[in-house]
Amino acid sequence: MVLKKLTLAAAFSLSAATAWAGCSFENSVPVKSLSAGFEAWKAVTDAMAECGNFEAALDQEFREKQPEAFAANPSLYQIGGVANATMIPLLNAGSIRPLDDLVAKYGQNLTPNQLIKVDGVTYAIAMMVNTQHMMYREDILSDLGIAVPTTYAEVLAAAEQIKAAGVVDYPLGGTMKTGWNLAQDFVNMYMGEGVSFFGDSNAPSINNAAGVTSLETLKALTAYMDPEYLVSDSTYVQQQFQQGKIAMANLWASRAAAMDDEAESQVVGKVKMSAAPMGSARPATTLWWDGVVFAANMSDDEADAAFKLAMEGIDSEMVTANNDAAVWLIPGYTPGPLAAGAAATAGAGAAPYPASGPMGLMHTALGNGVAAFLTGAKDAETTLADIEAAYTTAAKEAGLMQ
Amino acid sequence: MNFRTFIAFVGPSIFMMLLFIAFPLGSVFVQSFYVTQPIYETVTVETCTPGFLTQTCVTEEKSIPILGEDGDIETVTNYVGLQSYANVLELGRAWEALSQGSWQAFQTIDFWKALRFTLTFTLITLPLVLVSGLVIAIVINNASKMVRGPVIFISLLPFIITPVIGALSINWLFRGDGILTATLEWYLDRDIAMFAQAWTIEVLMMTYRVWHVAPFAAIIFYAALQTVNQDSLESAVIDGASRWQRLRYVIIPHLMPLIVFVSMIHLMDSYRVFEEVIGFSSQGHVISLQWLTFDFLTPDDSGNRSISRASASAMLTMIGIVIILIPLLRRTWRDHKETG
Repeated sequence: MVLKKLTLAAAFSLSAATAWAGCSFENSVPVKSLSAGFEAWKAVTDAMAECGNFEAALDQEFREKQPEAFAANPSLYQIGGVANATMIPLLNAGSIRPLDDLVAKYGQNLTPNQLIKVDGVTYAIAMMVNTQHMMYREDILSDLGIAVPTTYAEVLAAAEQIKAAGVVDYPLGGTMKTGWNLAQDFVNMYMGEGVSFFGDSNAPSINNAAGVTSLETLKALTAYMDPEYLVSDSTYVQQQFQQGKIAMANLWASRAAAMDDEAESQVVGKVKMSAAPMGSARPATTLWWDGVVFAANMSDDEADAAFKLAMEGIDSEMVTANNDAAVWLIPGYTPGPLAAGAAATAGAGAAPYPASGPMGLMHTALGNGVAAFLTGAKDAETTLADIEAAYTTAAKEAGLMQ
Repeated sequence: MNFRTFIAFVGPSIFMMLLFIAFPLGSVFVQSFYVTQPIYETVTVETCTPGFLTQTCVTEEKSIPILGEDGDIETVTNYVGLQSYANVLELGRAWEALSQGSWQAFQTIDFWKALRFTLTFTLITLPLVLVSGLVIAIVINNASKMVRGPVIFISLLPFIITPVIGALSINWLFRGDGILTATLEWYLDRDIAMFAQAWTIEVLMMTYRVWHVAPFAAIIFYAALQTVNQDSLESAVIDGASRWQRLRYVIIPHLMPLIVFVSMIHLMDSYRVFEEVIGFSSQGHVISLQWLTFDFLTPDDSGNRSISRASASAMLTMIGIVIILIPLLRRTWRDHKETG
C-alpha cells in the first residue's frame, strides 16, 4: 500500500515537473484568466497552463463577472476572454490596456487580421471567428433531390419537401430560446436585410419593412420546428442534429465538430456545412470573433507575463492539436470541411455583429419582445413598436437617449 | 426583567434586523427614486474586426462614456420621482388596453402579464398545498409506528431538493421527448409538446410548486396533530361523530392558527415565484414579478443594467406581498386581541 502511494506520488511529481514541457518558457508570475467555457477556450487555456503558474476560470457567466472583476485595482484577472459584444463594457470602462507595445515585443507570430483595433489602437487579440451558418443532413437532401438552400425561401421550400417525405421528426431546428438566442435570430434576419438598427442619436428604428420581413421569416420557420422552439438553445439544436431528429438548422460554427463526435452523434459524417441563407442584402447572420484582452489594472511585469502566456496559448502548436475545435484565425490552421460553412458565409459578405452600448439594450428588448409575435399574441407592427418602446425606456434610463 | 437586561438580550437581534433587513430595504426604496447614468459623448470611432483573410473596418458615430480623472466612468445621479415606477407599471398603455376592452393587449405589458401569472400561481397553489399537506400529515399520523419514520423521511424528500435543481429535473422529464412526455404520448397515442404553449407550462410549474412545498405544510400539521386533545376526540367518537366530522369540527379548528401560518409563509414565498420560471425557461410564455426584477438586474452584453427599474419593481413586489397578506394579518390580529 505504502509502495503504491509512493509510486503515485512519484508519478505526480514527475507530471508536475513536465507541466511546462509543451511551453517554450517557464512562467514565474502568477496569472489568472476569466473566459467563456466552450471547447476552444478549454484548448487555449490548457495550452497556457503548460507554462505553469496559471489558473483559468472557464465560466459561462463570465460576461456578468468580467466588468466588475477587471474594474478592481489590481484587477482580479490578468487575461480576459471576450467576443465582439462582451469587449464593449471593458473598453468603455477603460479596464483593458492598449496592446501595441506588447504586440511589438512578443507578437511576432500574430497576423494583422488578429489585431482588434479601435481608432487604430490594438485592444484585443482575436483567436477564432464564429458565425451561425447552414448545417444540413446531406444524405436527406440528396435522397430527396433537394439542392442546398441558399435563401430562406429555399429553406422553407426544402423544409416542406422534407416534411412531406417524413424522414425526420422536424425538418428544421432553431436556436430560438427566448432571450439572447431569440434576439440573435432576429438580428441575423434583420442584418440580412442590410438595414441599421438605429436612427439618429441612438433612436431605435426597427419598426420598418425589414423588421416585419424578419419577424415573418422567423415565424414561417417555426412551423417546421419542434413546437417547443421557445426553449431550444444551441445545445438543444446540436442534440437534435446528433440524434437525427432534424435535417437543417442555422447553427453556430463552434458546434460543427460535435456533429462528427462519435461518442455523442448518430449522424457522423452526414451533416455538411454551407453558407448562411442570404437575406435581401447579405447573408442573414453575423460574424463574431473571440479573443483575449488584458487588464489595465496590473503591473507591467504582470502584463508582460500574461501576454507571453497568451501568445503561448494561441500558438500554432495549440491549433495543430485542436484543429477542429473552432474556426481559428491563427497561423497553422487548416480549414477542414467543418469550416466550409463559416468560410462561405464570410465570403458572401456577412457583416460583423454591430456590438455597442445601445445594441446591448436592443438585444435585450428583442429577446423579451419577439416571442409575443411568434406565439400570436401581437401582430408584427405592434411587436416592433413595443420592442422600440421597451428599448427607448431602457436607453433613457441608461442615459443613451435624451 | 430590567430594561438594561432586556436591551442586552434583544439588542443584537435588532441590530441584525436593521443591518440585514431594514437597511437594504431602505436603500432599494431610495434607489427607486433616482437614476444613475454614465455621461456619454458622441465620437466617431473606427472599429476593426477580423474576417477570414482581411479585416472589416467600420467608421461610425458611437456613444462612449466619459472617463474621469480617477479612471472610472463619470456618472450623474438624478432624482426622477416616480418615473421608474411609471416605467415598470406602464399605466398609460395598460389603461388604453383596458378601455378598449382588450385583455390580450393588456396582457402584453410585462408588469401586468407577470402580475396575472404571479397571482394565479399564488392563489391556485395555496389551497392545493394546504389540502395535500393536511392529507400527508394525517396519513403519517395514522401510519403504524414501525413505518412512520421512513414515511416521514420519504415525504420530506421533495422539500430537501434545491428548488432550481428540482425544477430543472422536472423540465428534463418533460422536455422534447423526455421520459414522461414519451410515456404520455405512448399512453394517449398522440404528439405532446409540454413547452409549446403557456397553459401546460403553468400547470407544470404549479404542480412542481405543490410537490415541493406540501412536505413543509405536512410536517407542521403533523406536529400540531400530536397536540390534538385526545379527550375531545374520544367524546366526539362517543357522540357518534364520523371520521369526517371529527376532522371538520375538532382537528381543523385546532390546526387553524397553523393553517394561517402556513398560508402566510406560502403566500409570501409563492408571490416571489422565480425558480420555476428559470427552471422551466418559461420566459417566452409566462413571466413572474420576481423574474421581471431579475431581468432588469441582469446586465446585457454591453454591461447595461436597469438598477432603478429593478428597485421600483422590487418595491412593487413588496407592496404586493403586503396587500395579499392583509386578510390573514387582520385575522391573526383579531385572534391576538381576543386571546389577549
